[in-house]
Amino acid sequence: MKDKILEQLNAQFRDSIDSVNEYRGELTIVVRRSEIGRVCRFLRDDGELSFDSLRDLSGTDYYRPHDRFEIVYNLYSLKNYCRIRIKVRVDQTDLHVPSVTDLWPAANWLERETYDMFGIQFDGHPDLRRIYMPEEFEYHPLRKDFPLMGIPGSLTLPRK
Amino acid sequence: MTVEREPTQSSIDRGDRGRLKILQALEDQDTSVTFDDPLEHDMVLNMGPQHPATHGVLRLLVRLDGETIVAAVPDLGYLHRGYEKIAENMTYHEYIPHTDRLDYLSPLANNVAYVLAVEKLAGLEVPLRAQYLRVICAELARLASHLVWLGTMAMDVGAVTVLLWGFREREKIQDIWDILTGVRFTTSFTRIGGMANDLSGETSAMIRTFLDQFPENLAQAEKLLVRNRIFIDRCEGVGYISRADAIGWGLTGPLLRAAGVAHDLRRDEPYLVYNELEFDVPVYEDSDVLARFYVRVQEMKESVRIIRQALEKIPPGPVNAADPKRVLPRKERTYGKMEELIHDFMIVNFGINPPIGEVYHAIEGSKGELGFYIVSHGEGFPWRLKIRSPSFVNLQALPPMLKGGMISDVVAVIGSVDPVMGEADK
Repeated sequence: MKDKILEQLNAQFRDSIDSVNEYRGELTIVVRRSEIGRVCRFLRDDGELSFDSLRDLSGTDYYRPHDRFEIVYNLYSLKNYCRIRIKVRVDQTDLHVPSVTDLWPAANWLERETYDMFGIQFDGHPDLRRIYMPEEFEYHPLRKDFPLMGIPGSLTLPRK
Repeated sequence: MTVEREPTQSSIDRGDRGRLKILQALEDQDTSVTFDDPLEHDMVLNMGPQHPATHGVLRLLVRLDGETIVAAVPDLGYLHRGYEKIAENMTYHEYIPHTDRLDYLSPLANNVAYVLAVEKLAGLEVPLRAQYLRVICAELARLASHLVWLGTMAMDVGAVTVLLWGFREREKIQDIWDILTGVRFTTSFTRIGGMANDLSGETSAMIRTFLDQFPENLAQAEKLLVRNRIFIDRCEGVGYISRADAIGWGLTGPLLRAAGVAHDLRRDEPYLVYNELEFDVPVYEDSDVLARFYVRVQEMKESVRIIRQALEKIPPGPVNAADPKRVLPRKERTYGKMEELIHDFMIVNFGINPPIGEVYHAIEGSKGELGFYIVSHGEGFPWRLKIRSPSFVNLQALPPMLKGGMISDVVAVIGSVDPVMGEADK
């Protein structure tokens, strides 16, 4: 199955795939940022691959000079019982990623969570608000430069 | 989340200053409602975060037209403790107790899910006995969680007896956990590369005794509901979501199976020893509150079957992998043996240092797909740990399920989604 996925993707998107790697039997494909919508649409709509379910979407802060963030899409095919991981690299200077909410409504809250925790802007998201932290909070807690203890004074206490 | 509409000049001119005064008095930081049109019947109602039927601190804002729900917006974050951030700052072993507090109704299943992900990352093989024991643990957790769901959901629609009966059975499971793990609630029973303790003969006898009487008690509770006219009327056709929507919204677990999709990770992506055990995956087509009720009740019966087989098949042997550099030694051995003391010191202080890489491992939890995505940089603590919590994703589908329904059905639908906010808010 994994060979078939790679074969199909290579045939369709040869130039948009940055790298492919397999670790512990899990396939990870790094896709160019602007192409993520097209790749996901193809994976979802292709009758044979049929990755119809977005199981998870999250970010990782690698804290490096280039391509600091990675957005991870965890796709599952209910037809083939198969799981793959698609990744998109995001540089700190341009924190924009196309939203996939039009493909899977499930991406809505997951993208909101990623925005809340990492400050990634999902273009085309219908309602990009913070989901866990209060709306007026200024930081993104899961970034590596946010201290574990928090920042004093960053959370306003309720009015008496 | 603020719902706010400023009073217009016309509404003030219309002379309803008295009402405006009342509304201003009701105004606070969070909610303010004003009306442009005196004949408008839309009303915004705030449910939660402190509401008995929301199963925790879920806040729900519903816009009502009369008694019909026009729109619903869930608001999360009241129980956000930053567990993903905490994970990045402690060793893999230290994080196990924190997994108890995610889905606090099935702590054992969370322990199992987490260590499976870490073991996959580290490439550790666990002895067969530990794998069977983990199956027993995960299924007991599913039973306990479903029993709380059965009781609370039935109570939400007005059947109080089932709550007491459900909790009585759950109490027996917690007594088993007490003997098996040493505590009743926050179990932290698994270890990376094995289990904290072995299954004793006493415990397995206790589990068997429980299993012998449980199906009958469950059948009695079921009988109170499935032939109950009020219960059926409150549940049938309520909270419908189509099959395609259920997949699109990323639903997993009983919600997806009630929508007609035969998907169960225990069968489709077998982990532990599930492929050696015989069980059915109950699937219903109606995708309403009643279908979800049937799915969960059937699942409990399947869990009983699975535990019975696992107790039958569990082989003798060790419960910890023979890998002293990465698996914690038994505590009493660290007091007398130099090697074990060194290993204990190294593992506790510096962690198990799995190789550089990333894995995702998911189990079929009681609420759906419970997964951990771990990125390792080869250090003793994870670089990133993402919890794929089923409650969070399932709750997302609440607005489409509620839309067009009645206000009194809200509690039934929330009950059928069975969210645990500890897990949804992380």
